[in-house]
Amino acid sequence: MMARNPSSRPATARSRWQMWQAWLRPVWLLVQREVQDQLRDWRILTPLIGLTLFFPLLANFTARRMVAFMQQYNAVLIAERLYPFLLLIVGFFPISISLVVALESFAGERERGTIEPLLAAPLSDAQLYVGKLLAVLFLPLMGSYLGLVSYTLTMVWRAGWRPDATLLFVVWLLSTVQALVMVSGAVVVSTQATSVRGANLLASAIIIPVALLLQWESLLMFWRRFNILWTVVAGLLVVSVLLVRMGLAHFNREGLLGRDLDLLNLRWAWRVYWQGVTGGAPNLRAWYRGPIRESLHALRLPALLAAGLAVVGFGLGAWVVSRFPWEALEADPARLEALRQSQWTRVGVVGPLSALGSWQGWLRVWWHNARAMLLMSLAAVFSFGVAGLLYLMLPFAILGGGMVFARFVLGLSPGWYMLGFVLPHGSVEIPAIVLFGGAMLRLGAALATPARGKTLGGFWLQALGEWTRVMVGVVLPLLGLAAALEAFLSPRVAQWVLWTQTFGGGP
Amino acid sequence: MSEAFGILTQDLGKRFDDFWAVRQVNLQVRYGEVLALLGPNGAGKTTTLRMLTAVLQPSRGQAWVAGYSVRHHPQRVRARVGVLTEQHGLYKRMTAGEYLRFFGRLYGLEGADLEARIEKWLHFFGLEHYYNRRVGGFSKGMRQKLALARALLHEPQVLLLDEPTSAMDPASARQVRNAIRELRSSERAIVVCTHNLPEAEEIADRIAILHRGRIVAAGTPQELKARLGPPEFEVVLARPLQGSPPPVPAEVQVTRVEERSFRFYWRSSNGETPPPEALNPRLLAWLLTHQWPVVAFIPVPRSLEEVYLKVVEHDGA
Repeated sequence: MMARNPSSRPATARSRWQMWQAWLRPVWLLVQREVQDQLRDWRILTPLIGLTLFFPLLANFTARRMVAFMQQYNAVLIAERLYPFLLLIVGFFPISISLVVALESFAGERERGTIEPLLAAPLSDAQLYVGKLLAVLFLPLMGSYLGLVSYTLTMVWRAGWRPDATLLFVVWLLSTVQALVMVSGAVVVSTQATSVRGANLLASAIIIPVALLLQWESLLMFWRRFNILWTVVAGLLVVSVLLVRMGLAHFNREGLLGRDLDLLNLRWAWRVYWQGVTGGAPNLRAWYRGPIRESLHALRLPALLAAGLAVVGFGLGAWVVSRFPWEALEADPARLEALRQSQWTRVGVVGPLSALGSWQGWLRVWWHNARAMLLMSLAAVFSFGVAGLLYLMLPFAILGGGMVFARFVLGLSPGWYMLGFVLPHGSVEIPAIVLFGGAMLRLGAALATPARGKTLGGFWLQALGEWTRVMVGVVLPLLGLAAALEAFLSPRVAQWVLWTQTFGGGP
Repeated sequence: MSEAFGILTQDLGKRFDDFWAVRQVNLQVRYGEVLALLGPNGAGKTTTLRMLTAVLQPSRGQAWVAGYSVRHHPQRVRARVGVLTEQHGLYKRMTAGEYLRFFGRLYGLEGADLEARIEKWLHFFGLEHYYNRRVGGFSKGMRQKLALARALLHEPQVLLLDEPTSAMDPASARQVRNAIRELRSSERAIVVCTHNLPEAEEIADRIAILHRGRIVAAGTPQELKARLGPPEFEVVLARPLQGSPPPVPAEVQVTRVEERSFRFYWRSSNGETPPPEALNPRLLAWLLTHQWPVVAFIPVPRSLEEVYLKVVEHDGA
C-alpha cells in the first residue's frame, strides 16, 4: 500500500491558489489601468464627486426639511420612512455613472482603436471580460459606499436618526447588486455594439427595468417591507450572475473587430429565423421526420425540468390551500353547504362549463392557453427562462389547490378530482405545457449559452426559430386538441363526476 | 515541421458571412526572414495578420506561429507574437513609461528586467526623454514608434507589423525601416504588411502579393521582377532616329523607339534569358561599326510597382 504523502494536500491547494493568482494577475492589471484612466478623466470624476460628496448632504438637508414640514401635520410616519428611502437613492446615484463607463468599456476602446493590442495580448476571453467588468464597477461602487456612509453619518449627527443595522446592510447589498446588474448588462451591450452611440441606444434595455425596479423598491421602503428587499437582492444576484454568464458566453474577439456596421439586415434576420423554424426541411413530412424529431430529442432535459417544476407547483398549491382552517368550516355545516351549492352553480349543470360546448368555446380556450404561453415566453426571454418557468408553475399550483379544495368542500377524492376535472383534457394539455416549458427554457437560456462563431443576434434568432418550430409543429396543435376536449368532453365528465360523487344523483 | 518556421500556414482562409476575405493562403516564414505582404486595400492583409495573432479564428486551414497552432493554442501564440496594429491603439492619458509597463506586465515581465527593457526600447526609438510624457501629446511618428516599442518589449519570436510607416514623415519612416532591418535576427521572423512598394523591396527578403484574399505572386524581389520578362536595355544616340530603330541583329527585339533612343531585349531561342554580359558588348560594337553615335547604353530599371500592377491586373482580368 502506498504511503500517503502528508504534504500532498496542502501542496495541491497551494498550486491551485498559485494558478488562481496567475489567472487574476492580468485581471488586476486591467482593473488598475482602467481605474487610473477613469481617475484622470474629469468627465467621469466630476459627476462622481458631486454625487458622492454633495448629493448626500443635499439629501440630508431635504430629509430634515421634509420631516420638519410633515411634523406640522403629525405625519411623522411618512417622515420617518423618508430617511431609508433617501438612503436608497443616495446609494444608487453614483452607481448610475457605472452605466456610462460600462457602456463604453468595449465599444469605446473599439472606436478609439485601442482594443486590438489588448486583444492581441496573452489574455483569455474571461480575463479580459472580468477585468473590464470589475474596472467599471470599482469607482462607482466606492462612490456609492462613500455616499451611503456620509448620508448615514450626517443623518445620525444632524437629525438624530437611529437606523436599523439590518436596513443598512440590506441597502448596502442592494446598491452592490444593482451596480452589478447594471454593469454586467451594460458590458454585454458594449461587447455587442459597434459604437458608443449604438451602445447608448441599446442602454434603455437596462435603464427602463432598473428604473421600474427602483420605483418598486421605493414603495417597499415606504411600506416598510424590508424583508422583501432580501428577495430583491437574491433575485438581482441571480440576474447578474446570468448576465455575466451571458456576456462571457457571447464575448468573442472576432465580433469586436469584425463588426463595422449597425445596419438592420432584415433579409439576413429572416433567413436565420426561417432556417431555425424549418431546419432546412423541404416539406411538412420531412419537417416532422427530421427537425421536429430532433427538437423533441433536444428538449428531453429541459422538458424534464419543466415537468419537475410542474410537480413542485402542484405540491405547493396543495400545501398552501391545505393550510386554510378547513376544520372550522367543517364545524359549520350550514356555511359548508352554502359553499357547495355555490360551487355546484358555478361549475355545475347550468354554469360556464356547459357553455363551453361550442366551437366558439373551443377557440376561446385555445386562444387563452396560446396567449398565456406567448406571454410566458416573453417573460422567459427577459429572464433567461426563469420568470417563464415560475409562471408555468402557476396553473399547476391552482390544480393542486383545487384538489384540496374539492376534497374539503365537495368531498371529492383526489382520484375523482383528477378524473373529473384534470385528465380528460389534461392528458393532452399537460404534455403540451411541459414541452412548451422545455422550449421556453431553451429559448431563455439561449442568451446565456456560448455561441461559437455566431453573433448574439444570429444565435438568438436561430433559437427563436427553433422555439417556433416546437410551438407550431407540436405545442399549438396539441393545445387545439386539448381545447376541443376541454370544450366538448371535459364539461360532461366533470358534471358526471359531480353528479355521481358529490350529490349522489342530484343537488 | 512547424518548429522550423516562425510562421507556417496551410490553406488558411477566413470567411465573414458569405464573403471569403482570405482564401488558400500558404505562407512559410523562416526565423531571420522578413516577408512583406503587399496588396491593395481589402486584399486580406489585415485579416491574415489577425489570424496569425490568434485574434481571428481561421474558417479553413491551419496556421502555426512560433510552433504553436493558432486554433489550439491561441494564448501561447499571442504570448510569442509582437503586433503593430493598423491603428496603433495607444492610451492617451498614460505616459510612455506607464503604457509600456502595463503591456510589459501583461506579457509577464516584472521588476528590473521590465524597466531595463522599457529603457532599452525607448532609447532604440529615440523616445528616452519622453518616458514621463503623456502619449496624447505625441506626434504621429512618435506614437508609431511607441507602438513598435510595445510590440518588441517582450522580445517576440514573431513580429507582425501592419503598415509600420503609414502616416509618417520621410525621416521617421526611414528610422522605422532601419529599425526593422536591425530587428532582423536568426531568432525572429517578421511579416510586414504595406502598400509601400519601395519599402517592401528595401526591407523584405521575400514578398507575397495578396489580391482578393489570395496570394497571387510570391518570391524574392528579384524573382518577382523576373516575371516581367527578360531584362531590357536602353541605347541613347546622338543622332535622331526619325521613327524607326537602326537595323540591328535578329536576336535583338526592339520594344520602344524614342526620338534619340530605343529599348530592346535579347530574344531567346530556348526559353532562357540570354546573358547580356556577352551579348551587349557585341551589340555595342555592331552599332559603332555602323556609325551609330552611342551616347549611353544602360539597363532599364524595373520596379516592383510594375510587377505588382501586372500581377494585380492579370488577376483582375
